[in-house]
Amino acid sequence: MALLEVSNLTMHYTTRVGDVMAVDSVDFTLERGRALGLVGESGCGKTSIAMTILKLLPENARILGGQIRFDGVDLVPLSEDQMRKYRWDHISMVFQAAMNSLNPVYTVGDQILEAIQHHMPMKERAVRKRIAELFNLVGLDPAVMDQYPHEYSGGMKQRAVIAMALSCDPSIIIADEPTTALDVIVQDRILKQIDKIREELNMGMIYISHDIAVIAEVSDRIGVMYAGKMVEFADTHTIFKSPVHPYTYALMSTFPSVKGDKRELVELSGEPPNLIEPPLGCRFHPRCPRVTAVCQEQDPVFTEVANEHFCACWNQRS
Amino acid sequence: MNNTTVEVVDLKKLFPMAGGLFSRKVRYIHAVEDLSFKIQEGETLGLVGESGCGKTTTGKLLVKLIPPTGGHIYFNGSDVATIEGGALLREYRRKVQMIFQDPYESMNPRKTVYDIIAEPLVVQKVGNIVERETMVAEMLSGVGIVPPDTFMFRYPHELSGGQRQRVAIARAMVINPSFLVADEPTSMLDVSVRTGVMKLMLQLRKEFNLAVLYITHDLAVARYMCDRLAVMYLGRMVELGETEEVLQNPLHPYTKALISAIPIPDPTFTREAIPIKGGVSKPVDPHPRCRFYDRCPVATDGCEKLEHPPLEDKGSGHYVACYEV
Amino acid sequence: MWKVRVKLTAKSLRANWGMFAHSKLGPIGLFLIVFFLLFGLVHPLYLVYRGSDKIYDPVVGFAYDLLPEGNPHPPTLSHPLGTDILGRDILGQLMHSTAKAFMLGLIAAGFGVLISTLVGSIAAYFGGFIDSVFMRLADVVMLFPLIAFLVALSAAIEITLFKLAIILAILMGFGGTTIILKSQALTVKVKPFIEAARVSGGGHFRIILSHIIPNVLPLSFLYMMFGVTTAIFSEAILSYLGFLNVRMSLGIMIYTANDSGYLIGSRLGTYWYLWLPPGLIISLLCAGFYFVGRGLDEVVNPRLRER
Repeated sequence: MALLEVSNLTMHYTTRVGDVMAVDSVDFTLERGRALGLVGESGCGKTSIAMTILKLLPENARILGGQIRFDGVDLVPLSEDQMRKYRWDHISMVFQAAMNSLNPVYTVGDQILEAIQHHMPMKERAVRKRIAELFNLVGLDPAVMDQYPHEYSGGMKQRAVIAMALSCDPSIIIADEPTTALDVIVQDRILKQIDKIREELNMGMIYISHDIAVIAEVSDRIGVMYAGKMVEFADTHTIFKSPVHPYTYALMSTFPSVKGDKRELVELSGEPPNLIEPPLGCRFHPRCPRVTAVCQEQDPVFTEVANEHFCACWNQRS
Repeated sequence: MNNTTVEVVDLKKLFPMAGGLFSRKVRYIHAVEDLSFKIQEGETLGLVGESGCGKTTTGKLLVKLIPPTGGHIYFNGSDVATIEGGALLREYRRKVQMIFQDPYESMNPRKTVYDIIAEPLVVQKVGNIVERETMVAEMLSGVGIVPPDTFMFRYPHELSGGQRQRVAIARAMVINPSFLVADEPTSMLDVSVRTGVMKLMLQLRKEFNLAVLYITHDLAVARYMCDRLAVMYLGRMVELGETEEVLQNPLHPYTKALISAIPIPDPTFTREAIPIKGGVSKPVDPHPRCRFYDRCPVATDGCEKLEHPPLEDKGSGHYVACYEV
Repeated sequence: MWKVRVKLTAKSLRANWGMFAHSKLGPIGLFLIVFFLLFGLVHPLYLVYRGSDKIYDPVVGFAYDLLPEGNPHPPTLSHPLGTDILGRDILGQLMHSTAKAFMLGLIAAGFGVLISTLVGSIAAYFGGFIDSVFMRLADVVMLFPLIAFLVALSAAIEITLFKLAIILAILMGFGGTTIILKSQALTVKVKPFIEAARVSGGGHFRIILSHIIPNVLPLSFLYMMFGVTTAIFSEAILSYLGFLNVRMSLGIMIYTANDSGYLIGSRLGTYWYLWLPPGLIISLLCAGFYFVGRGLDEVVNPRLRER
C-alpha cells in the first residue's frame, strides 16, 4: 500500500471577486522511501496541494472533495485536533522561503526546541541532544545551535529549517522550493544532503519546484501541474524522454541546458490562466499547439495511458 | 568590421562599511576590482556569477546609476567614467539603457503603459505629443504587445509578468540606444514565458545591432543568449571567452565547480559535481592574493603568496585568471 | 489623448469609491462632513431668511425681538437654539462658526500636508545633510510650546482664525507628519522604478515631482484628514482656554458660556443650548474627518485590502 494516496482532491478559495479553483481533481501516490516531484509554474496549485494535504488552509478555503489517504487513514474528514497529531509527527513541511522566516531574536536552537516541545514533551537536555543529532544529519556543526539566524549563511539556514522539519521523525517531508533562494553550488550540496537523508531514514519526499532541472535530478516520479490540475504523472525518465501531454512537452523544450546540444527553444504563447475564470474545457487549450474542438468544450479526464503513466489530454502525443 | 561600443578598463568600485559605534577605521567592500572587458557592436557579453560577485554592481556602474571608485569606461571611444551630470550625462542616457530584474517593481504603478514607455522620450525632449504616441504604439507592436491601442492606457497591475517585461523592453528601446544592460530580465518570469522574452531580446539585438551586457546567475540562460561569457567571483573576473568554449571547456577551478553544480534537466545525464568547501562571502578588505584561494581545490603555496592572478589569454580569446592552469 | 486620461481617472475614482464605500466608517464620515459643510454654507441664506441683520448677526447682533426677556434665552421659534449671554442667535453663530472651522481645518491641514509632502519627499530623495536638517527641524517643531507661543502672540496681535490656520499649517508641515511622509517617500525611493526613471534620463526634480510625490500623495491625503481633526480640535481647546483672540468660533462659543459662569453645577442642564450644540458639532465634525481618514486606509494602502 502506498504511503500517501491522493485521489480526486479538489480545493477552492473564496475571494471577493470569485472562487479560485486552486486544486482540481488531483490524483497521485507516494511510496515509502521514494521522491515525488511536483512541477509547474506560478499559480498551478503545487503549493496549494501541499497545504491541503497538511490541511493548513486559510479561513476562506474549502476542500470540496476527494481523499488524502496517509497509511490508509483518510485525512480529509479529520478535525483540527485529530489533524494536529499527523502534522509534524508524520507529515512535515519545509515551507517556501522558510529560511527567511526564522525569528531573528531567538537562537536557532531555541526555535527548534520550541517546535519539538510543542509536539513531544521532553526535557530540555534530551531535546538538545536530539537537535545535535538532527544537525549532524543535515550537515550542520551542532555547536552552531546556539547562534542567531543572522550568523548563519543561506545554506546553513536552509539546513536548520530542514532539521526542524525532521525533528519529530516524520515519514513524509514536503519541501516547497527548498533551494530557490540559494546559489547553485550551495543548492547542489543541499539537494544531495536531502537525498542522503531520505535514503537513510527511508522517508517519502515530495519536492515542489518550478525548476525542471532540479526536479529531474531529485525525483523518482513527477507530477506536472497546470492551472490547478495535474496534467501528467509518470516516472522521471518517461516524463523527460517520452512525455505525452503537450504542456509537459513544451515545458521540457523550453528549458535551456548547459550540457548537450544547444537546441532551439520552443516558445509557448500566452500566460498561465486566471484561476477564477479558467478557460472552458481543457485549461491549457488557449496555448496548446494540438488544440481541437473537443478541447474547448470538455475537460479531459486523468487516465492511465501506459503502465503507471497518467495523462489528461484529448490529443496526447504518442 | 564591428566597432567596440563599450570598453571597460580596470573598473573599480568600493563601498564603505559602517565601522561600528566605536571604531574609527572604515572598512571597504571591494565590490568590483580590476575589471576589464570589451563589448562590440551587435555582441552580447554575459556576466555570470553567484550572488555577491559584483555583476549587478557592474551593471549599475555601466549605466551610471552609481559612480566608479576608479578605472575607465569608454563608450564609443570617449571615457564616460567621470561624467556626473548635465548635458553629457543626458547624452549618455540616450544611448545606454537598462532592463531590470523585477517586472513589477521597475514600473511606477500609477503610470499607464503609455506614460512608462514615453518617459525617456519626454525627458529627452524627443518629438511632440502626437509623434510620441506613434512611436510608443510602434514600439509596443515591436515587442509583441498587440493591438497597441488596447494596451496603451492600461496600468502595470493589469498586465501579466511577461507583458510587463515586454513593456520594460519597449521603454528601454524607444529612444534607440546602442548599448543595453539587461539585469536578470527573465529570472522573475514564469518558465513558459521566459523563452518568448528571450527570443524577443535576441530579435531586437539583431534588428538594432545592439551591444548587450547580459547579467545572470543562470548559466543555461547565458548559454542561449550570449556570444561570450565573463565569469565573476567576489568582484573580480576569473574567466572570459566564447560561450561554448567556457561552458564545455572551463579552465578556472571556480568555473569548473560552478558548471558541475548546475542541475541538468535530463535524467539520463550523470553529473559529477566538483566539491569545493565553504560558501560565498563578502569581499571586505580582501587579501591581495587570489580571492578563490580559501576554497580552491588546486591551490598551491604559490597561490597563497602571490598577488591575485591576472587574466591571461590561454589561446583563441579564452582568458583565465589562475596560476594553476 | 486627454479624453482617455479623463476616462481613466474616472475609472480609478469609481474603483476607489467602491473600496471607500465598503468600509463602514468612511461613508458615515463623509455624510457628516457634507452635512456640516452645507450647514455652514447655508448661513448667508439663513440671514436673508431672517431678514434683520441687527438681530441675527452672529457677532454683533442682539435679540431685540425677545425684549424684555433677558439673555441667554432658551430656544424659541424665532431663535431655534436660543441666544447666548450677549443676545446673539445661537443657530446663526453655529452656522457661521462651522463654516469658519472648515476654512481653518482645510487651510491648516491642506497647506500643512502640502509642506510635509514636499519636505518629506525632498529629504528622502536627497538623504544625507538635507535629510538631517529637516529631521532635526521636525524634532524641534514637535517640541514647540504652542500654547506659550500663542499666548505671547495674542498679547501682541489679534489672532484671527486665518492666522491661526497658517501657524498650524507651518507647525504641521515641518513637524511629525513630515517624518511619516518621509518614511513613505523612502519606501518609494528605493524601488527599482526610480532607478529606471534615472536611467531614462530623469533629473532630480522630475523624479521627485513625477514619481515620488504621486506615490506619497494617497498617504498625504489620509494625514490631511487627521490634520483637519487636529486643527479644529486644537482651535476649540485653545479658544475654550481663552488663549486665542478670535472673535467667533465654536470654541469661543463654549468659552463665552464658561467665562460667564453658565457651565457650573445645575446650570449645565438649564443652559444646555449654550454648550451642547457647539460641543456636539466639534465632536461630530472631527469624527467625520477621522472616519473619512479611516475609510481611506484601504484605498491608500493596497496591502490592507481583503483577498
